[in-house]
Amino acid sequence: MAKEIDLLERQRRLAWYLIVPAVLVVFLVIGYPLVQVLVYSVLKYKLDGVTPPSFVGLGNYQFVLTDGDFWLAVTNTLIFAVCSVTLEAVLGLAVALVANSDFKGRSFLRIAILIPWAIPTVVSSKIWAWMFNDIYGVVNVILTNFHLIPQKIAFLAQPITALPVIIAVDVWKTTPFMALLLLAGLGLIPADLYEAAAIDGATKVRQFFSLTLPLIMPTLLVALIFRTLDALRVFDIFYVMVGGQGNMATMAIYNQQWLVSFLDAGVGSACSVIILVIIMVFVVLYTRFSKTSFQ
Amino acid sequence: MRSQIHSLRRNAIRCFGSLLIASLITPTVFGAGTTVRFAGDSSGTGGAFIKKLCDQWAQKTGNKVEIISRPQDASATLQQYQQYWAAKSADVDAYQIDVIWQGIVAPHAVDLKKYYKDDEVKAYFPRIIENNTVKGKLVSIPWFTDAGVLYYRTDLLEKYGYKEPPKTWEELDEMAKKIQEGERNSGKRDFQGFVFQGKASESVTCNAIEWVYSYGGGVIIEPDKKVTINNPNAIKALQTAKSWVGTISPAGVVTYGEEEARNVWQAGNAAFMRNWPYAYALGQDPKSAVAGKFDVTVLPKGGDNGKNAACLGGWNLMVSTYSKAQDVAADLVRYLDSSDAQKQRAVELSLLPTLPALYADSDVLAKNPWFKNMLEVLKNAIARPSTVTGADYNQISTAFFQSVNKVLSGGQSAQDAVKEVEKVGKRLVR
Repeated sequence: MAKEIDLLERQRRLAWYLIVPAVLVVFLVIGYPLVQVLVYSVLKYKLDGVTPPSFVGLGNYQFVLTDGDFWLAVTNTLIFAVCSVTLEAVLGLAVALVANSDFKGRSFLRIAILIPWAIPTVVSSKIWAWMFNDIYGVVNVILTNFHLIPQKIAFLAQPITALPVIIAVDVWKTTPFMALLLLAGLGLIPADLYEAAAIDGATKVRQFFSLTLPLIMPTLLVALIFRTLDALRVFDIFYVMVGGQGNMATMAIYNQQWLVSFLDAGVGSACSVIILVIIMVFVVLYTRFSKTSFQ
Repeated sequence: MRSQIHSLRRNAIRCFGSLLIASLITPTVFGAGTTVRFAGDSSGTGGAFIKKLCDQWAQKTGNKVEIISRPQDASATLQQYQQYWAAKSADVDAYQIDVIWQGIVAPHAVDLKKYYKDDEVKAYFPRIIENNTVKGKLVSIPWFTDAGVLYYRTDLLEKYGYKEPPKTWEELDEMAKKIQEGERNSGKRDFQGFVFQGKASESVTCNAIEWVYSYGGGVIIEPDKKVTINNPNAIKALQTAKSWVGTISPAGVVTYGEEEARNVWQAGNAAFMRNWPYAYALGQDPKSAVAGKFDVTVLPKGGDNGKNAACLGGWNLMVSTYSKAQDVAADLVRYLDSSDAQKQRAVELSLLPTLPALYADSDVLAKNPWFKNMLEVLKNAIARPSTVTGADYNQISTAFFQSVNKVLSGGQSAQDAVKEVEKVGKRLVR
């Protein structure tokens, strides 16, 4: 009996030993910077190499939260995240269903759809920015040559046209990633389920809604969490396509501006913390939703 | 025999070893094959020119130069440099810096008075030297200067019956409208009256400060720290500029930087362009569609009672205080900035020298006849409020260029824009 407890105790200790390196790594790469950002966020701290930091309490938070530009950036980011992730999920699922069915050249297609995802975002954004150029852009040339628009449109000059363009570019780029994740989910569904459903007389549409969708829901949810978090931190596409335009900033661009361009570690860090909280809200919502729907 | 080989090998090893040790302990002394890292232009004709000069210097002194590319956009360049400076990086020895960064750069720069004699400094434009001197320290030495100028198509002005370039923005508007309409009717669908830089970046700060100043609206923050941007003249200037977008200027002009504007111009698709002098040599290139068909003049006045304004730009050379080879770097700077190099630069690239004497040089004037007018323009050039705002210049400029960009693209009224800029300005200089 005593021996057994001893064994249990030893195993417990071993478990701790095994977990310590991981905990240390997590603390070093996540915990330390996080604490550092929290500390900076209550300081007036210019990174000009001259002014020494001083304590300002919650002043930096107040500054960011009362800045109209910040809320504009939040709005832009949320619109971008909701639209792009929804479209990517729907289109990604469609692509995954096609790629999952049996046809000639399937493996070729599976590789081919990944090409947009493989191009670095900065490169593809720049290419798209040129394609949407107001005078030389191929999009304007095609649209005017087919008389679909009376005169060329400066797509990237106004938020009302630039935001849809940017969302479209992101959908073009990220749908393959979504499709790939969902394809993995589809592969896990046993084929005999469909055979049974077919024998029971279920139509293809019925099969999709009663079998496919519920069964890939866990995969879809994971993919959605990934994409939403990514979309909320979007920086590169906006920076390349409409960089600098105050009314087209995202949360990350606003943050970068304070931290890198103005070298204000205080306001920049406060901003980072606020963005962290906003993103946490989404994480909590997703985890709640996945718990309630799968228990 | 065997022992001979053995001792030979031993000697070789010893010899190599002592060389290795010598190279490790030898301090980086002048002319000892030091590598100087210089951050500056690396692309285009300007980059090629710098590379040529650096190679010449390297060959002459036995040192090496590594050129570290900078982004094309000035704001992005500063962001990159600031990271080096914040980290007190010794990886870059000399930098090419903008005329407006002196306040930001000052703590990280070597006082160049150590390397330039008093009468050598006096040969430069006194205004730029004054601008580059922060608290008695000569932060950087002027390399080439810049001022906003108006490019106009001589052939089109003649075709539409104009004898002279426009004197006021109102005249420019009128002429641009007429030429644009005429050219578009004759089949050039993409023809634009006037292109400038409306992109939300330092570029539009330069353009807008010219509009505002030309209408008598000041320079955002005056040298005595008064924030003056919220005034009727400034509002009128911004409204005038707004009225161009979508009429004489393409709607996309709010995304144009210097190169985007030059692309339209050099393809022969614009009657007027506001740009820096660098576009002159490129426009006169035989492959350019506008070669021999254009000239350069001062920017128009804001109304009949307005002033001619030209935003002072230009690049300077500084030596980093974190450099481990400051003397060698300073020697490179002196070489790049010599009178000969500046003259060559003026002849080949049409970039404005910082030595007034060169404006009377016959070789320079033969290639760039318009330089003779530039002395006057440079005397009137307006400096952006970088001296009063110092390290915070970036913030006021960002507030200004974002607001102006919003006004141009129709997202904000000029009245609200100047109020917003005023708010930021007052926060910075109180």
